[in-house]
Amino acid sequence: MTLQTMLLVAAALFSVGLYGAISQQVVVMVMMGLELMLNGVILAAAAFWWFLSPTPDGQVLLLVVITAMTVEMAMGFAVATLLHRSRQSDMTDMATDLAQ
Amino acid sequence: MLTGIVFWVLAVVAVAAGVAVFRVDSMARATYALAASFIAVGLVLLLVDLEFLGVITVLMMTMEMAVMGIYMIMFMGMNPALMPMSMVHGKRPALAVSLGTFVVLAAGALLVPWPTRRGAPAAGLVTSLGEAIMESKMLVMMTVSPVLFATIVAALVLALPRGRYDRLGDDLKGTALRGGSRR
Repeated sequence: MTLQTMLLVAAALFSVGLYGAISQQVVVMVMMGLELMLNGVILAAAAFWWFLSPTPDGQVLLLVVITAMTVEMAMGFAVATLLHRSRQSDMTDMATDLAQ
Repeated sequence: MLTGIVFWVLAVVAVAAGVAVFRVDSMARATYALAASFIAVGLVLLLVDLEFLGVITVLMMTMEMAVMGIYMIMFMGMNPALMPMSMVHGKRPALAVSLGTFVVLAAGALLVPWPTRRGAPAAGLVTSLGEAIMESKMLVMMTVSPVLFATIVAALVLALPRGRYDRLGDDLKGTALRGGSRR
């Protein structure tokens, strides 16, 4: 287990999540892609922390990343609920006008 | 040696489960696959002595994926949530972008001359994290708290169909909306 191998695994997780976030049509599946990307970020941050500078500051930063993930989930669920209520749909293609 | 074997097993599980999220037939299975990926990463965190963060990752993501499963069944109906599905758009460009991202990130991981470790981990890492949160990094926690509270409020505002003021009027007595204008 080295920094490089942990970063490789993190890159794989991030890329798989990116694929999902771009390709999926259902809002909740897009959120799952984003979660997977954050999973990779957590792993990479842990690798940097352990192999480069194992100070308490790095742990606090990781805690903030995990908090950001929680916030993203809560807001994502709320938006998905609103979208479903207003359009009877949970597909991103039905909400393209939100980009305008 | 043993740590290395455990790491590689967990790494394979994490990535394979991550791929399975977008390959399995149903959203319910996808949820469990994502939970498995997070649990594997949480266990890797334990390997690098991040006990607190590893444990909360495992606990939090298990619960979060359970909630996500409920959402899927709620939105999709029981059958679509548990039956075969393929709802993707732009599959090939997405695959190209993600593969390109992996190549760039992997090249960076392997080719960058990373510095050597500075400093040593504290004897009690959980204690040192607690002390950092409550002492030198108190501002971080003070910022996180209102952000989480604002998230609760904003999520409720978005998700609630209508609040008490919509239903009962500004005086909350229901007089303003009596007479037909109530939705």
